[in-house]
Amino acid sequence: MAEYPRIRRVGLSGLLVQFGEEMSEPANRAAIALRAAVEAQDWPEVRETSTSLVSTFISADLVAAAPEALTEKLHALLATQDWYSAPLPAGRTLWEIPTLYGTDEAPQLEEAAEAAGVSAKTAIAELSAARVRVLTIGFAPGQPYTGELPPHWNIPRQQALTRSVPAGALVVAIRQLIIFTNASPTGWRHVGQTAFRTFRPDSDAPIALSPGDEMCFPSVSAAEYTRIKAADTSGNGGAQRSVLA
Amino acid sequence: MTKTLEVLSCGPAVTVQDMGRSGYLAQGLTRGGAADVRALFEGAALLGQSAQLAALEMVGMGGSFRATADIRIALTGATMAATLDDVPLVWNASHLMPTGSTLKIGGARSGTYGYLHVGGGIDTPQMMGSRSAHLSAGLGEALVAGDALPIGTDKGSTTGMSLPLDDRFAGGHIRIITSMQTDRFDEETCARFATTPFRRDARGNRMGVRMDHDGAPFVAADQLTILSDVIVTGDIQIAGDGAPFVLMCECQTTGGYPRIGTVIPSDLARVAQATSGAALTFGFIDLEEARAIEQRAAASNATLSAQVVPLLRDPHSIRDLLSYQLVSGAISATDNPFLSEE
Repeated sequence: MAEYPRIRRVGLSGLLVQFGEEMSEPANRAAIALRAAVEAQDWPEVRETSTSLVSTFISADLVAAAPEALTEKLHALLATQDWYSAPLPAGRTLWEIPTLYGTDEAPQLEEAAEAAGVSAKTAIAELSAARVRVLTIGFAPGQPYTGELPPHWNIPRQQALTRSVPAGALVVAIRQLIIFTNASPTGWRHVGQTAFRTFRPDSDAPIALSPGDEMCFPSVSAAEYTRIKAADTSGNGGAQRSVLA
Repeated sequence: MTKTLEVLSCGPAVTVQDMGRSGYLAQGLTRGGAADVRALFEGAALLGQSAQLAALEMVGMGGSFRATADIRIALTGATMAATLDDVPLVWNASHLMPTGSTLKIGGARSGTYGYLHVGGGIDTPQMMGSRSAHLSAGLGEALVAGDALPIGTDKGSTTGMSLPLDDRFAGGHIRIITSMQTDRFDEETCARFATTPFRRDARGNRMGVRMDHDGAPFVAADQLTILSDVIVTGDIQIAGDGAPFVLMCECQTTGGYPRIGTVIPSDLARVAQATSGAALTFGFIDLEEARAIEQRAAASNATLSAQVVPLLRDPHSIRDLLSYQLVSGAISATDNPFLSEE
């Protein structure tokens, strides 16, 4: 068992700091905090940074400079604090996104509820009331992986992929919820549909969400969902946003 | 008046591409850009301009184009059948394309990605800091008949130049280095990977290229427990069925399949350009060797213009007759106020 945090070389593309072997809230927080700290260092050899669930990627040109010097700097930075107890970033946003659960728009609600061992009605109540955090943005532009849901939502991905879920689909697996950026095949179950667009290429702010943001998916009726879809052309899909203290 | 390149017809996968966009990994968007970056440097050397300018990338086949002014063009990447008003054009060369003439670019003869460069570059609006379409992300669109592409200011005037054809279009040996998950595979698996002959599968695009092989699948020690983590272009991902996928310029930013290694940037074009069925092998090199190769490649890209030579004059060849005319002053300086050197 390797010790964490640990530093890994990513090809010739940079270095990766991994904070754990599996998803955990403190490791996710550590990754987000380290990314902010690396950005604040403004090291000239660093091109950009990103986070995955429990790791921080530091993109750097390892052709121009061998990785040793940057590795040393990262070790020194890692030693400055306990990253697992780092606070969440300031200025986070809470998004409340109206969601239509079940119906033909989101046909796998009942299947997912069964996998979680609850009724469809209870599933709607639980997912509707859950407040989850953006753990990472990835796979597609702006696409959030959020969590964590209560343990009984640790349902596996499907063996066979759903051929396509539409943009704005709310899908569930492994205690996480995703809103899909683009229509895509997936092994996650499609339980809700939103009119929220995670990627708005023509906007001044093409990516709405940031790691650390919090999200709720309150249930709305089919009629209300239809109304929102027609009325809100901003990409927000009727979402309420507020700044978290 | 703005010069434009009109698309009269085109294949299904012709897009505007440049070096791609950086700075968006954290937001889920990979760099994208030209699948064969070397071709961008070649086009730039042929036209004597910046390699940062955008060109048209044509997958498998090109299209028919017409310009609203005399423009300079260069053709690089996968060799395609090309004619200008039905006169064959030499590939890996620059040419004058007079106002109203029709440039036809057909199917690829070798390789996959061909490029059409114009003097001054394709000047479509930037999207998030780049002109590149990134179709898998939903950014930009493939070109269709009727599109009119603005062309930037051309500061050069020379045409009829050529570069030697490269050999990166038929598969071959791909150099790879270890990466963050290589140690998830045992030594025997890594050794077998490096001695296995692969064929490029028909399933391949700007996101990734699947490799076929005979024999046992490649499996990581604890394949199912690997947490989703960062992906970089060139990563060789082992999918659930044990087949390797080389992840290309438009790959996703994160993924949960283990990566056995990473293709060095210099050899990525060779993977991209390999056509279906082409034979490929992968071999590990150490970090210092990879760095030295990439340093030499960067220097080579920067000095490509030194290899540019006038097209050979051969009176028996129609295409070279055309080039003879071009270098002898067939260029109209009056239609284009920007042709004079600054």
